[in-house]
Amino acid sequence: MGERKHSSGGLPDSLYQGTLDCVHCGLCLSACPTYRVTGQEIASPRGRIYLMRGVAEGRIELGSGLAQESRLCLGCRACETACPAGVGYGALLEATRSVVARERIDWGIFQRIERMVLRQWVPRPRRLHWALSLLRAFQGLKLDRLAARWLPRNLSGALELAPRVPPASSRRRLPAQTPARGERRGCVAFLEGCVMPELFGDVNRASVELLSRQGFEVLVPEAQGCCGALQAHAGDLETAHALASKNAAAFDALDVDAIVVNSAGCGAALRECEGWIGAAGERTASRVRDISEFLDEVGLRGPLGRVSLRLAYDDPCHLIHAQGVAEAPRRLLKAIPGIDLVEHAEASACCGAAGTYNLAQPEMARAVLDRKLDHLLAAAPECVATGNPGCLMQIASGLARRGSAIRVLHPVEILLEACRGASETQR
Amino acid sequence: MSVLIDRLSRIVGARHCLASAEELFVYECDGLTLDPVRPVAVVLPADAAEVSGVVRVCSELGHPVVPRGAGTGLSGGAQPIEGSVVVECSRMDRILEIRPEDRVAVVQPGVINAELSTAVAELGLFYAPDPSSEQVCTIGGNVAENSGGPHTLKYGTTTNHVLALELVQSDGERLRLGSRAGRSREFDLVGVVVGSEGTLGIVTEISVRLSPIPEGVETLLAIFDDTVSACRAVGSIIRSGLIPAALEIIDQRTINAVEDSVYRAGLPRDAGAVLIAEVDGAPCSLPGEVERIGECAREAGARECRVARDEAERARFWRARKGAFGAMGRLAPDLYVHDAVVPRARLPEVLEKICEIGDRYQLTLSNVFHAGDGNLHPNISFDRRNAEEVERVIAAGREILETCVAAGGVITGEHGIGVEKRDYMKLVFEDEDLLPMLYVRDAFDPERVFNPTKIFPTTRFCFESNPRARGYDRVPFK
Repeated sequence: MGERKHSSGGLPDSLYQGTLDCVHCGLCLSACPTYRVTGQEIASPRGRIYLMRGVAEGRIELGSGLAQESRLCLGCRACETACPAGVGYGALLEATRSVVARERIDWGIFQRIERMVLRQWVPRPRRLHWALSLLRAFQGLKLDRLAARWLPRNLSGALELAPRVPPASSRRRLPAQTPARGERRGCVAFLEGCVMPELFGDVNRASVELLSRQGFEVLVPEAQGCCGALQAHAGDLETAHALASKNAAAFDALDVDAIVVNSAGCGAALRECEGWIGAAGERTASRVRDISEFLDEVGLRGPLGRVSLRLAYDDPCHLIHAQGVAEAPRRLLKAIPGIDLVEHAEASACCGAAGTYNLAQPEMARAVLDRKLDHLLAAAPECVATGNPGCLMQIASGLARRGSAIRVLHPVEILLEACRGASETQR
Repeated sequence: MSVLIDRLSRIVGARHCLASAEELFVYECDGLTLDPVRPVAVVLPADAAEVSGVVRVCSELGHPVVPRGAGTGLSGGAQPIEGSVVVECSRMDRILEIRPEDRVAVVQPGVINAELSTAVAELGLFYAPDPSSEQVCTIGGNVAENSGGPHTLKYGTTTNHVLALELVQSDGERLRLGSRAGRSREFDLVGVVVGSEGTLGIVTEISVRLSPIPEGVETLLAIFDDTVSACRAVGSIIRSGLIPAALEIIDQRTINAVEDSVYRAGLPRDAGAVLIAEVDGAPCSLPGEVERIGECAREAGARECRVARDEAERARFWRARKGAFGAMGRLAPDLYVHDAVVPRARLPEVLEKICEIGDRYQLTLSNVFHAGDGNLHPNISFDRRNAEEVERVIAAGREILETCVAAGGVITGEHGIGVEKRDYMKLVFEDEDLLPMLYVRDAFDPERVFNPTKIFPTTRFCFESNPRARGYDRVPFK
């Protein structure tokens, strides 16, 4: 550790200026999951910012210490919610990771494969579809478990953590246009995303049906796609910027009330794409709404059927900390008759999924997840609702491992059930 | 050096013994960012036995030991010393025992202040000392600094809430002081350890007093055109015989910084200052008290008084107050948080002088403080990269402290002396006054292992260069 020395190309000046907002007050410490697990200053937002500043000022070398810390950070941005000085930590982290990637510091096989997958496969729908079909076949023949024995640890971990790929029937793309049902209230664009249609096609279809039942025409432009969040988190800002530009162009062409997103991570990336691509992202960024936020703003149109469920709502980090949306999903769910919304401790804390983090840092991801599971199990709900694909997979796999029968759903699935239930009773 | 790291690693485990350049770099300062110093190692022990082993090794190899909680202290109490080993207590974060019938909790030093209150809330209890950093600072750190907070006015500081302690001494022995049952008849050594800023040993277990959550609480926001009138209101509230739970003043510059932040509470940006007054107790008594505080405020010139509508608004007021220091990061990269106490009656004139000092040195100075206790926090925003500005900050700081002392005040209310104010000790103490304190320190830590350069002035005492002159050699316990 720390033996390979790297001459610094220097951190960008914008990053350095960003670090100066921190007065070292420390109010972020207890909000940081990795600090809570390790107790170490270097694993805290304050410590990381101090290290970035130290590197930028040339007081300490740019080396594997910063590289490892920038990777150990979940990027959950809970520190931003706690920070009175308004330090833009998320942007600092992205910039640091991009320098680490550019300088190829501690650049191992995992990083090389991750970059290749995120660059070449994830943003290309057809390739991703075939790759996942292959994975599904592997999983069917249990070949993945065999392969896991031969691969390095974090790659075999990736195979183990990989979700069961659903059958091709639920991996169909969304229609380009879905008309509003009942009295028309407006027209929205919907971000289909990259992984969502493949692994959570049902959630995507539920989102579109819900919007349609609520009186909105839904447009899914063909040119849209992967938002670039995963690439940016992995330090590949170049790809992220290209993807953001593509999405901005696709959505700018549409005259819609809002661009609705059902994945918190993607919503945050689109919302902040101005920071990536400047004025070209302005119009898109200003129109992005998380689906819960959008429905809360326009108001749920009743009647709603009864859904008897003891429910816990867990905040996706990129919804509460990056987009500042915490109350909207709770209000929507509470509005459903029969829903008993129970509060569990530390609902706003990260579950450890954090994009590809659970693959890159399995040990820390497990420690962070365990804390989440303890709190969830203590509240004993029948179901957990959370609005981000990574969190859905992470929490579901954690609960399953603990032998719990608690189901994990996207809030739209519950909302849709309520909408459908009402129309059935009317009939 | 590697002998030290080897031996420490064997005690706490390699992953909890930090020695890489980057790991040490981030420990070079706490909440006071001037004059950073890198330690030679940082250890994170899991329990008192490990602390004791670590201290033994450091004593033997001659490395000073610097105890550290969350590193939020503002006087450099946890700032490393040349060649020192930092003992970070963050892993010792368990609440060991809660005894509601005795209203006592036994905790490890790394327990976070606010989380203790959260843990006992369902029993109808809370832990009263509430420093602004309560959501992150540790009880161990609070014990070291004798921390206060807004509610100190009614509930007292940390020392009023600590019943017993376990202290690891320089030879690694664990000493138990005080009694959970209350006062015993020996010397109050718990009182000596609380506020000793980590110079006597490392506290590894603390029995604290819990208080019942008051039945009712009302929070009033009085809006003034200037800070001095707000100070006058505080004087008349205290004179009226009321004992509010808290009386806090926030000036305009701070209001604006907070209102720009995530801690915004809807405070009026055009106000010269606001006074947050809180009363708690039996619900029937509160409306009358609120009324009287309102009268005092209006007589002093308040243009408006409003009562927090609900618990949510009240919480917002307090979050704003407690996020104030950090919010100043919006004004400049660094913040020098001063801490001095003056008799309440002198608050208005001292505050005027402090503002004049800030103007004279052309510094951005703001005030947010525990007015009810006369505990001032003049905050100076600056940029430590500008050496000339740093000089002005330090000169202004000295003048501020001199002004407070001249008004009959003292140089710290709750942040401690640490390294920040050790050279100002002579503003309030003669050598003769410091001598008994040195005796006490040497009684606990004769080898001066713990935080040796803190608190006492760096300029040598005459009795240190010539011990016989003052009978220093006759200290029986050395």
